[in-house]
Amino acid sequence: MRRRRLIPSLFLIPAVLFLIIFVIYPFLYTICGSFIKWEAYEAKGVTVENWVEILSDRRIISVDRFLDLKAPPYGALLHNFIWIAIMVPTSVFLGLILAYLLREVRGGSIAKSLIFLGMVVPMVVGGILIRFVFDKEAGVVNAALNLLGLGEYVKTWTAYPDTALYALIAGSIWLWTGFNTVIYSAGLETIPREIIEAARVDGATGFTIFWRIIVPLLKPVTLVAVMMTTLWVLKIFDVVYVATMGGPGGATNVLALDMYIRAFYWVPPDYGGAMVVATLLTLLTLGVAAYIMRVTVRIK
Amino acid sequence: MRRRGRKTRLIIHLVAWSIALIWAIPYVGILITSLRPYSEVVSGWWNIHPFTLTLEAYKAVWSNPTYPLSRGFVNSFLIAIPSTIIPLFVAALAAYSFARFRGSILKDLLFLTIVTLMSVPQQAVIIPVFGFMSRINMINTRIGLILLHTAFGLPWQILFLRNFFMTMPVEVEEAARVDGATDFQIFYKIVLPMALPALASVVALQFNWVWNDFFFALVLLLTPEKWVVTQTIPALKGRYLIRWDQMAAASVMASVVPVIIYALLQKYYVKGIVGGVMKG
Repeated sequence: MRRRRLIPSLFLIPAVLFLIIFVIYPFLYTICGSFIKWEAYEAKGVTVENWVEILSDRRIISVDRFLDLKAPPYGALLHNFIWIAIMVPTSVFLGLILAYLLREVRGGSIAKSLIFLGMVVPMVVGGILIRFVFDKEAGVVNAALNLLGLGEYVKTWTAYPDTALYALIAGSIWLWTGFNTVIYSAGLETIPREIIEAARVDGATGFTIFWRIIVPLLKPVTLVAVMMTTLWVLKIFDVVYVATMGGPGGATNVLALDMYIRAFYWVPPDYGGAMVVATLLTLLTLGVAAYIMRVTVRIK
Repeated sequence: MRRRGRKTRLIIHLVAWSIALIWAIPYVGILITSLRPYSEVVSGWWNIHPFTLTLEAYKAVWSNPTYPLSRGFVNSFLIAIPSTIIPLFVAALAAYSFARFRGSILKDLLFLTIVTLMSVPQQAVIIPVFGFMSRINMINTRIGLILLHTAFGLPWQILFLRNFFMTMPVEVEEAARVDGATDFQIFYKIVLPMALPALASVVALQFNWVWNDFFFALVLLLTPEKWVVTQTIPALKGRYLIRWDQMAAASVMASVVPVIIYALLQKYYVKGIVGGVMKG
């Protein structure tokens, strides 16, 4: 009996070691490091200066530009928030509609695979594709604008501060919505046909059935979709790095990219600032994750 | 069963397929662009006069003199294969322990901690990891990146596999135990083979995540000889003039591997994604 309890616990050791060395220790180090004064590569005492500097850094927050209705940059933190505010509702709603429509369509699974492709290809390729469709000459978006008689808007959308951020957001909705479509499809399969048939017999229209029966039943899936989309946007890096490198003039800077630039692009690096940005990012993602866990536990 | 009119069904088909086709346009565009000379696609791949098919762009990026994509491919495989196999065993072992031998609060707490680690962003660990890897000369080595990928794959794999193991019947394992098998023998000879569908999900997702990863490779692999595919693509891009034919060819080639894995293991892929997030 004793042996049986001990040996299986040994099974945990490799995983725990990996996690301590490569996740837990560096993660705690980053949080503590955000309170350390760094001179290039040397630690020089404890301070809150990094935090003060980052929170008043216009690369991170420039609310005034946003409030004055000027074009971006509004700062990385605000860009992440704007990204979430636009992308989460759009992508979740699109995913729901697509999953619902494609369920009864011939060849729906092929269509779903096409939409899901954005989740399969490397995000670096996703960034190239976004840059590509918005290109002035080679981009299909501008060709469509010309076709619709909107020639005045033709330009390389990712190269101008007033449009770059929104072009990237549109592109990332295109890349990510396949995820929401897939989880909504899985959720739809769990809804018993009888419920829908019964409603139909009672005279409910397709529209009523969708809003009054299907959407409420899918509420747990919606929650997962909202949270996972939010997490994805918070961590976004590859797309921005490849398509714009945070430019033009910081108009598409986001937290993950800003952290990278401070730590690995600038010479000498700004480790203190980078660790603050990383900690901010972690606080946001952990907040979202904690919320998911609390809610899913309650649903169970 | 369905009582909808033909007209409604037709409209639904039309709307659904139009959206799906619009969704696919950029992929079609990149594929066509990659197969035509630069002069024909620079002002739009949809102009079909003249239309010449060529593999020149593929050849050009595959054996680019400074950043050959062929080298990126070799490096990506050298990273992605071990980064898929190692965590698979480490996670399965831990997940089995969590699924079958429960009881202590400490263990439950440990499990909860591991699940929480799923949401730690890569940016939150990279500076200290870079720091200690520099001190032990693991920067710019494949093994360093492989170990980091292994650790980052563990939390969701442990959660996913534990959920799967808990649905497996215990009787077979108990019978084997009565016959005198050790815990490890039971795990290795009975549990793992029975868990093959779940392991397929883990392999498909983890391989693609590692293959598609850019951030960890970007920080840890410094010299072009070690670069993986995702690092090679931005390097090939060029700052002012973008050779769209070559970028397209590189993008298509970089995507072929994950797309094949997805196509072959689609069922497991989707199960992994749905199971990984919906049962948390």
